[in-house]
Amino acid sequence: MAHNQPSVVAPYFRDIDQQREANTLGMWVFLATEVMFFGGLFMAYTVYFFNYPDAFHEGSRELNLILASINTFVLLTSSLTMALAVRSAQTDNRKWLIIFLIATIVLGLVFLGLKGVEYGEKFQHHLVPGPHFEWDGSFFYEVQLFFGLYFATTGLHALHMIIGVGVLTYFVFKAFRGHFTSVSYDPVEMVGLYWHFVDIAWVFIFPLYYLIDRTIQ
Amino acid sequence: MTVSSPPVKLEKPPQNYLNWAFGIKSWLLTTDHKRIAILYLITVTLFFALGGLAASLVRFELITPQGDLMSADNYNKSFTLHGMLMVFFFLIPGIPAVMGNFLIPLMIGAKDLAFPRLNLASWYVFMVGGLFTMTVIVVGGVDTGWTFYTPYSSTYSNGAVILAALGIFAAGFASIFTAINFVVTIHKMRAPGLTWFRLPLFVWAHYATSIIILLGTPVLAITILMVGIERMFKIGIFDPALGGDPLLFQHLFWFYSHPAVYIMVLPSMGVISELITAFTRRRIFGYKAIALSSLAIALLGFLVWGHHMFVSGQSVYAGLVFSAITFMVAIPSAIKVFNWTATLFKGTISFTTPMLYALGFIGLFTIGGLTGLFLGAAAVDVHVTDTYFVVAHFHYVMVGATIMAYMGAIHFWWPKITGKLYNEGWGISSAIIIFVGFNLTFMPQFIMGYLGMPRRYYAYPDEFQIYHIASSAGAAILAFGYVLPLFYLLYSLFFGPKAGDNPWNAKGLEWTTASPPPHENFEETPIVTEEAYAYPVPQKAEVTSGA
Ligand SMILES: [Cu+2]
Repeated sequence: MAHNQPSVVAPYFRDIDQQREANTLGMWVFLATEVMFFGGLFMAYTVYFFNYPDAFHEGSRELNLILASINTFVLLTSSLTMALAVRSAQTDNRKWLIIFLIATIVLGLVFLGLKGVEYGEKFQHHLVPGPHFEWDGSFFYEVQLFFGLYFATTGLHALHMIIGVGVLTYFVFKAFRGHFTSVSYDPVEMVGLYWHFVDIAWVFIFPLYYLIDRTIQ
Repeated sequence: MTVSSPPVKLEKPPQNYLNWAFGIKSWLLTTDHKRIAILYLITVTLFFALGGLAASLVRFELITPQGDLMSADNYNKSFTLHGMLMVFFFLIPGIPAVMGNFLIPLMIGAKDLAFPRLNLASWYVFMVGGLFTMTVIVVGGVDTGWTFYTPYSSTYSNGAVILAALGIFAAGFASIFTAINFVVTIHKMRAPGLTWFRLPLFVWAHYATSIIILLGTPVLAITILMVGIERMFKIGIFDPALGGDPLLFQHLFWFYSHPAVYIMVLPSMGVISELITAFTRRRIFGYKAIALSSLAIALLGFLVWGHHMFVSGQSVYAGLVFSAITFMVAIPSAIKVFNWTATLFKGTISFTTPMLYALGFIGLFTIGGLTGLFLGAAAVDVHVTDTYFVVAHFHYVMVGATIMAYMGAIHFWWPKITGKLYNEGWGISSAIIIFVGFNLTFMPQFIMGYLGMPRRYYAYPDEFQIYHIASSAGAAILAFGYVLPLFYLLYSLFFGPKAGDNPWNAKGLEWTTASPPPHENFEETPIVTEEAYAYPVPQKAEVTSGA
């Protein structure tokens, strides 16, 4: 173990605590930029929701609430498995670390798969903005705007999921090779923070796009 | 006058970051913050030259009232290219990515930034952004102006807009990477004893700048992305014909782009605090006020973006509030200027090249700042909106101030970066030429702007010609002033005398290590026991060697 320690700490850090603190702060700072990044889309949503409430309600009714609810459940569960993976790394439990990482990946892929089904439905119903967009009711452009924002926001979210799944897959291989120990678990913790952020972003996206018109007939 | 180096120990290790490893690979794959700073220095200089070239096309066209040198379209493309390159590829990365990158670890006694690979990635992402922008030139340029206002940029302008937007997107992420590094490094990697209020003000300024970059740039990125989505899928996010709101674009754009002015100016202010203390040999007046005013500028700067939109049709009440906060943001800026002036007062000033740039900065920034108050007053702004008055104002603040500080910084830390001394005579001459050229270029623009000359026109009534000629003549002088340092600095690289560790006799950890610094910056981690700028208090008859 004593032989292992120097290779864990990068030469420009004083000790492992400094390195861990730097990594953690770096991740939080990065997540702050992510909040601002998504914030622009939420800003656009807010402006147009107040400009065109009726169109947004009508658009929202076209979204698949059942699939999205299942997805919400899947994603929240994946946050649990992610947290357990971090715990396993901290306690030197390699077997369960790998199991929980894989569980997180699988849940993430389920989410993306269901999201793909939803996107497919929209294609079939001609609800994808662009030349093939069709809308019989009033507010043609406004509803198209709703779907434009819907695809931009959920698409950006899905892109974040894909990146997360990619990193997690890479980490499974690293975990097999014993890279993560109770001393060097912080990469797992960092990707965990990222994963929770993506999860929280969905917790905001879900009600704003799917739930705004579910109380009215 | 050359500053003679004090006798230094001769057993100084000959190895430094420059001769630590050789070959192109050792540079392109380096994670040494000092080498990455050099990479940035070279690229940023190239972009500056290109942006300057575009500017000279503009100034050539404007010598005569008729549009005779180029077509209106090409004129639009020239000033757009000029703005894009200068803002996103020179002014924003300039001081942080070059000087900040090189100096922050040295100033806080660290071996490197917290995430060296992220730092290198930043340069590569920046280069990708530059590549996109170069491609834009090849495929025909964009003519939207650097502001990319919708629906013009999203609906009517040519297809290169997406490419240009991607270039800015990438440059933005490069600056985010740098900022993450700075914030984490300043928080977590300071040498023992180096408390927050012992930090050099350069570091404080970069900390505040990083916060702006981190909170502002992602908003610009997503805005650019939305313009791209609008162009590709014809969703009217910002197009009124499709239900969108073009004002939303302006709000989002200026939410970043006003603070972006502080991304350019705050690091400059940090540089000035270093220069003024070094060449008056005094502790800075009001250290805490200057440090905290950087943070105040960073925070207030996020609340004033609406002053770019007084005539856009935003609510009158919003305009009033934005105007009031704009006046407030002048306070922390003024605090700095007054404190610098107080530091100069009764100081022993040595008029070296960096100091001349620092004094030039104070002059230009004060003019730019005060005319900013004219523009912040909504009623006056209505009169001068989109005239050369605005052009002159933001050139004084963004260009005048930032370039003065950038040049000052390059000269001040040149001995540290390269280990060589440049020729003071040439340095002083070019500082004066730049100062004169700058004022001659932009002072006439205040006048013609106030008289009603609109910006972004390639032809104009005869009565404005005299001002345009003066401005173009100034630009020629300015260009000459910029070219000079290129020669004498490069000359010093090969033939300049050795600088020694601390040729200016300045305080600060970066001067305690060798010039050029060794790969790991310090042979052993320094321990800090005193305030920043702990120059001797001038009670006794003092004999200074630096002057
Ligand atoms: Cu502004």
